[in-house]
Amino acid sequence: MTASYQLKRADFIFKNENDWEQVLQKSISRSPQDLINELISSELKGRGGAGFPTGLKWKLTAEVSDSVKYVICNADEGEPGTFKDREILSMVPYKVLTGMAVCAHVIGAKEGYIYLRGEYFFLLPELNKSIREFEYYCKEINLDFTIRIFMGSGAYICGEETALFESMEGKRGEPRNKPPYPSNYGYMGKPTVINNVETLAHTFTIFKYGAKRFYDLGVQYSRGSKLFSVSGDTPKPGIYELELGMSLADFVEEFGDGDTKAVQVGGASGFLVPRKRFNETAIGFQGKLVGISLPTGGSMMLFNSSRSMFNVLDNYLEFFREESCGQCTPCRVGCQQLLKGIKAVKRGEKNAKYLDKLLRLTETMKLTAKCGLGQSVANSFSSIVENFREEMIY
Amino acid sequence: MTKNIKISINGIPIEVEQGTTILDAARQAGVIIPSLCYHKDLCIAGNCRVCVVEIAGQKRLAAACATPCEEEMEILTNSLNVLHSRKQIIELLLSEHNADCTSCFKNGSCELQKLASDYKILKQDFIRLVPFKNYTIDKFSPSIIKDDSKCIRCQRCVRTCAELQGINALTVAYKGDQMKITTFFEKPINDVVCSTCGQCINHCPTGALVERNYIEKVWDAIADKSKHVIVQTAPAVRVGLGEELGFGPGERVTGKMVTALKRLGFDAVMDTDFTADLTIMEEGTELLTRLKSVLVDHDPKVKLPMATSCSPGWIKYIEHLFPDFLDHLSTCKSPQQMFGALAKTYYAKARNLDPEKIISVSIMPCTAKKFEAARPEMHDSGYRDVDYVLTTRELAIMIKQAGLDFMKLDDSHFDRLMGESTGAAVIFGATGGVMEAALRTVYELVTGREIPFKNLNITPVRGMEGVKEASVKIENPLEEWTFLDGVELKCAVAHGLVNAHKIMELIRLGKADYHFVEIMACPGGCLGGGGQPIPTSPEIRKKRAEAIYAEDEGMPLRKSHQNPEIIKIYKDFLDHPLSEKSHHLLHTHYVARERF
Ligand SMILES: Cc1cc2nc3c(=O)[nH]c(=O)nc-3n(C[C@H](O)[C@H](O)[C@H](O)COP(=O)(O)O)c2cc1C
Ligand code: SF4
Ligand code: SF4
Ligand code: SF4
Ligand code: SF4
Ligand code: FES
Repeated sequence: MTASYQLKRADFIFKNENDWEQVLQKSISRSPQDLINELISSELKGRGGAGFPTGLKWKLTAEVSDSVKYVICNADEGEPGTFKDREILSMVPYKVLTGMAVCAHVIGAKEGYIYLRGEYFFLLPELNKSIREFEYYCKEINLDFTIRIFMGSGAYICGEETALFESMEGKRGEPRNKPPYPSNYGYMGKPTVINNVETLAHTFTIFKYGAKRFYDLGVQYSRGSKLFSVSGDTPKPGIYELELGMSLADFVEEFGDGDTKAVQVGGASGFLVPRKRFNETAIGFQGKLVGISLPTGGSMMLFNSSRSMFNVLDNYLEFFREESCGQCTPCRVGCQQLLKGIKAVKRGEKNAKYLDKLLRLTETMKLTAKCGLGQSVANSFSSIVENFREEMIY
Repeated sequence: MTKNIKISINGIPIEVEQGTTILDAARQAGVIIPSLCYHKDLCIAGNCRVCVVEIAGQKRLAAACATPCEEEMEILTNSLNVLHSRKQIIELLLSEHNADCTSCFKNGSCELQKLASDYKILKQDFIRLVPFKNYTIDKFSPSIIKDDSKCIRCQRCVRTCAELQGINALTVAYKGDQMKITTFFEKPINDVVCSTCGQCINHCPTGALVERNYIEKVWDAIADKSKHVIVQTAPAVRVGLGEELGFGPGERVTGKMVTALKRLGFDAVMDTDFTADLTIMEEGTELLTRLKSVLVDHDPKVKLPMATSCSPGWIKYIEHLFPDFLDHLSTCKSPQQMFGALAKTYYAKARNLDPEKIISVSIMPCTAKKFEAARPEMHDSGYRDVDYVLTTRELAIMIKQAGLDFMKLDDSHFDRLMGESTGAAVIFGATGGVMEAALRTVYELVTGREIPFKNLNITPVRGMEGVKEASVKIENPLEEWTFLDGVELKCAVAHGLVNAHKIMELIRLGKADYHFVEIMACPGGCLGGGGQPIPTSPEIRKKRAEAIYAEDEGMPLRKSHQNPEIIKIYKDFLDHPLSEKSHHLLHTHYVARERF
């Protein structure tokens, strides 16, 4: 194992910086092109799930000409067991607000929104106070930018960017067809940058310290640090900021309880990695060893040998069956079939070969579902069924 | 200017306009990509996913209906990946679906069934989900049956009700496996804001939304020797019926239809067109009376514009959504209900029949007419004025059940007394038709001259634009109408309730300076009605409209007041328009309804 795959803690996100005014002022005195270049060279990728290069996202939106554009901070944080965005918004809200304002400057937007998860209403008083203070300062430096909070409705799917727009527009939270992408056609049909809370917080670091500081963390294709929500069979659950690119073996050594059987990387829509693969798996966007993406939230859930993988899968499928928006066939019906299917196999009502039909079904879902939710059910399903097939049957 | 781009479909290069979807491009190239949630009348949903295709260089399949072509795109519509996925999607749909086709009203005309048949889904080994579902069937409406167990959640009905009708009576509720199409608080569709227009039925690919059918009741009546069963046929039926029976869209089958109805065993086959002409007499006179009350007497209680009242879907709509504006409606019943009231009075007397023994059936392009016939007000003959209303589709089913070879039938004529009509009545079936018919008569009543349009064709009110406006200046009127001298009679025509809403908003804001507005609930007017043959599309409706106007041009009489049977009924029975008897039999009132 080379040095770069070791677990390294980082401390940027929650580090208290009380110079956000200077960072903001300095940033908006720079040209949009200059800021975009900075962001691109940092190689920051979105922390909300899809891992889209943030600099490119801003660039694409900046290039569309329209007098009305929006910046939206995605704080829907619906992944079970994760609360890192909540922590960022309550501890260092100014970083996020500054990131939004710089983005507005870059793309030419005057309005920003924070789409806040319904359950986080208790953050409102403090957050509103911070926003008012922030807007006051924006006015002082002649930056025409306002931020409003939009309270989410509690559906997991509303964290998906286009469903989020629909929900903000007062419609049912159903994902849209893509293309068009938000950079062209987002909230209210206007060019929109939508970024995760953590992504925006990282832009603060980049604009304050320069791209290199960020780029120097992590490994190739997976630069910088990231917050991880560690849960499950671990003696130290919690939120940790770690450099990207660590090997899973290192991670388990640090956080496991000595009996770790498997780790679910990236929550319900992520992958289950069994013990025999810990060594060859790195956590990053395109790990050199095994390509593992980091879907929503950077959730890391550890399972020890007392856990039934059937129950784990059953839980995830219950989650999807319920949280699918229900509009598209492969996802709505597929999730029901997968859930009923594994139970039928377990009970012996269907033979073990039926699991292969279900694996083929997840392939269809991956190929044809309308949004990331349905497309990613295959991840946990196939990684659990393929690695723990006996547990599914007996 | 639109740019052309080059793409290839299954290896065959073609050029399409920029912005064309893959689905449309493929159709241009002669490749049919299956679809379910897609409908030409509606915005794109992209939710059924049966239209998926492979695009070279892309990991995932794309929904052809929702994906625009891009330069150099290489599209495969039948790769193994596509076929497997598509088949599995159909299989998934079927697993959630109560597919007992043999007892389904849509058997034989269902898009899901056709897909299942095309793709030969012979081995369905997914778990049947139907027993786990709490599917309900809503049978409370006299017009519509909604069977959730047949629903594939394509949301065509939802989009129809929102985009074409602007009502949103049907919406999506819940998520995940519970997601379904429902109404406000899951009330029966009969208890919500629904207009009963039936557009959702016309746009539903499956048997989840169908008309409540009265076919067996009508067969029973025909077989009952003690009953005298009469039937009336609406103007739009004759330009639609053929589509169900082997003809292409836009074929006029009036004569064959009459023969078929006689062969089915109806005792008399008469024409709603007769009461359409009568409507013009009554409504035209009502308009003139209102104009006088407003322009001369300045009576604040009399409202302008006056709105037509022959579309019961529109009536129910305004009762729900603009209950404060019911005074704008003409008090005239629809032609169907005028016919019904006369059938059991005028016709009964003339034929010396006991009205109690008369069963009055109507063939309508419309499902709202089923609701209308069931309204408690519609008993002015002393009996239920219209007993059974069948859609164009139900008539086609009866013709098939009777084994009639429709294409080979000879033409015959409607029976007398209430079977004669003019071209003005025929065009009631198209948007703008009532307006045109009314203007032809009103202008002549007022001025003694024919309306100054070439061939009597008032083209500004024709066509498929959502809202049309026209005005006619009245000059040198007859003695009695001098108050109208120089008046510019302003009219507007709207079809589809989303367009009706535009006019009603103007009226509500006091910004409508029209005297007379025609409103039809359905796109294109009755020819695009909720009871007409499926499928419907802008092209099909255009063809039906052309057929209607051709029928009009071919009629010897084209103005309602020339209809000899109309002249006769006023002489023998009604005295004059708006007479006491007319008021009793031909006019009605409206009720305010809830808004949910
Ligand atoms: C089902 C689903 C749920 C999602 N939920 C969230 C969420 O809660 N928070 C979030 O930031 N992104 C979420 N995303 C990802 C967003 O669609 C989007 O990619 C992200 O907000 C973009 O921000 P980023 O580029 O900064 O990551 C979700 C995606 C899917 C498919
Ligand atoms: S994949 Fe699932 S969540 Fe996404 S649009 Fe389809 S049904 Fe909705
Ligand atoms: S809706 Fe179609 S597929 Fe379903 S039962 Fe009826 S005919 Fe068969
Ligand atoms: S009948 Fe018409 S108004 Fe009623 S739900 Fe269907 S489309 Fe909407
Ligand atoms: S009722 Fe018909 S149109 Fe509506 S969603 Fe179901 S299948 Fe589609
Ligand atoms: S027809 Fe394209 S997704 Fe339904």
